[in-house]
Amino acid sequence: MEIKNILKLSVRNLRANTLRSFLTMLGLIIGIGAVVLIISLGAGAQAMIVSQINSLGSNLVGVLPGASDAKGPPASVFGIQVKTLINDDVTALLADSRTEHLVAASGYASGQGKMVYENQELEGGSFMGVAGSYPNVENTTLASGRFFTEEEDSGLARVAVVGSEMRHELFNGENPVGKTFKIKRESFRVIGELEPRGAVAFTNQDKQVFIPLNTAQKILLGWRHLSLIRARVDEAANIEEAIQGMKEVLRDQHNLDSAEEDDFSVRNQADAVELLKTITDAFRFFLAAIAAISLLVGGIGIMNIMLVAVTERYREIGLRKAVGATRSNIMTQFLIETLVITGIGAVIGIAGGAVISFLVTIVAKALGYDWVFIISLPSVLMAVSVGLVIGLAFGFYPARRAAKLDPIVALRYE
Amino acid sequence: MAILFKVQDLKKQYANDDVITPVLHGLSFSIAAGEFVSIMGPSGSGKSTLMHILGFLDHLTEGIYQFDGKDVSGLTDDELAAMRSQKVGFVFQQFNLLPKTSVLDNVRLPMLYVNKSDAERTLKAKAAIAAVGLEHRMDYLSNQLSGGEKQRVAIARALVNDPSVIFADEPTGNLDSKSGAQIMKILDKLNAEGKTVILVTHETTTAAYAKRILRLKDGLLVADERVDEAERQRALASELK
Repeated sequence: MEIKNILKLSVRNLRANTLRSFLTMLGLIIGIGAVVLIISLGAGAQAMIVSQINSLGSNLVGVLPGASDAKGPPASVFGIQVKTLINDDVTALLADSRTEHLVAASGYASGQGKMVYENQELEGGSFMGVAGSYPNVENTTLASGRFFTEEEDSGLARVAVVGSEMRHELFNGENPVGKTFKIKRESFRVIGELEPRGAVAFTNQDKQVFIPLNTAQKILLGWRHLSLIRARVDEAANIEEAIQGMKEVLRDQHNLDSAEEDDFSVRNQADAVELLKTITDAFRFFLAAIAAISLLVGGIGIMNIMLVAVTERYREIGLRKAVGATRSNIMTQFLIETLVITGIGAVIGIAGGAVISFLVTIVAKALGYDWVFIISLPSVLMAVSVGLVIGLAFGFYPARRAAKLDPIVALRYE
Repeated sequence: MAILFKVQDLKKQYANDDVITPVLHGLSFSIAAGEFVSIMGPSGSGKSTLMHILGFLDHLTEGIYQFDGKDVSGLTDDELAAMRSQKVGFVFQQFNLLPKTSVLDNVRLPMLYVNKSDAERTLKAKAAIAAVGLEHRMDYLSNQLSGGEKQRVAIARALVNDPSVIFADEPTGNLDSKSGAQIMKILDKLNAEGKTVILVTHETTTAAYAKRILRLKDGLLVADERVDEAERQRALASELK
């Protein structure tokens, strides 16, 4: 029988039993839909995070305390406190000729504490101690008020610049500029409010409270060290040279002789993005693998239904053999029927996964996230191929059962 | 006329696990082209088994079976399928039409396993349907037909690959006497036109149409009777009363 006729027959059989055909496909539809959806959402999430990091400002170089190998994360990422970076390091970086390409730098000291304004309390609010030059390092625009100065920093002034969402989180929806609130029982006066910046990776910058670095270290944290240093390089072309210079300056500052390793990690922002991509790629792969397990379940379901279908069609198979169908004719017929089911199921699954991903995009955008709808052609092709492979693999056994039937026995089947 | 079937000391036994069941114990006979033969016998005599072997649905265990002069005792499954496709046509007691399928598609079925164009297939199918008088039912679905009509479709289907012989296994078993007579008349007409017809039945009314009767009992051939034409016409006339 020609393939064309087999296909026509398969489609006709499918339509004769629409409900059962649909239920047969359902496991596969869900499995493929889930895989396509997860791959799509993963790509969208990754793209969003990367673009957010890039929006911080380009030409940024970060220094984290603690050693690490070339591309991996340093211990401080995992919460282990390392105290090797200090304020003098920043001063040195800005002064040294080896780092002449740095246009601005700031040390950071971050912490959390209870924030209170009038009757509002915010447990675990986060604050970041930064230099007065912070707006030159990262892209920040003030919605109102001003940023603190170097004098206020060295004078341990108790002033704060808050992110755009703090007015809702703490200040009862009012303009916070000019108001006084407490961080960890110390009073601070708000002198500026930032424009909204959105979330970066997993931190919401609009809920950040910026206070002078020295105030943070000495009054609130009791530290002499820094959580990190960030510096801006004048041009992208000079980043490599700047990183080299920074390493040399810091090694001198930390009195490391040539045999010792760096006790800090310098990271180009591009490297950070690459690292983040590696981590999120691993997540995406893991999630997709889990979704793929449901494909296996879908395949088993299809095999079972096809076995039942073969049993129900014993008389038909016996008849076909009686009028001249060979084993391979029957095998081909049933295998193609299964492939048609899995092919159609795959297409419906892909469409379903894409639609849901698109709906997620709409919701995410409405919530303010810079989400992009991504469906990659390779993932679609892969889903279709997987569907066909499942059809072949799980359709094989039922088809073989059908092909091996003795026509006389089959014709007599009740 | 040329000998179509030549069978010598044909034996058949079934083997299930360790149990061997002998069914046919050594049959010898010949059937020429154009004959109208009825194989008769009580239940368990082996008549269906014999028909299955003659019709290439089953293998014989021992003995010689020559079809149209060629030894066909040792054919492979695929070779048997080819013989079924091109040399024989089957009519069954239970009709065995494809469910929810049109008359035309049912009749076309055997041709799907033979290399032909779709146009040719439709043409031949329509001709066969006309030969059994069912043109007006061509697009009806199988479940919309009466028993007699279904069996006529089965006969049309059996004719469609121009087989040398038609096998009919209790063709009137599921039909009332009027439809049954109609079916046997069609088979009789086909035989008059030159088709070899081999019938398996235990009903004497049906067997009355045959011109030769092979009687089986307990797996052995116990009688081989030729019916002369006058006798046959008398028997037919009395049956039709």
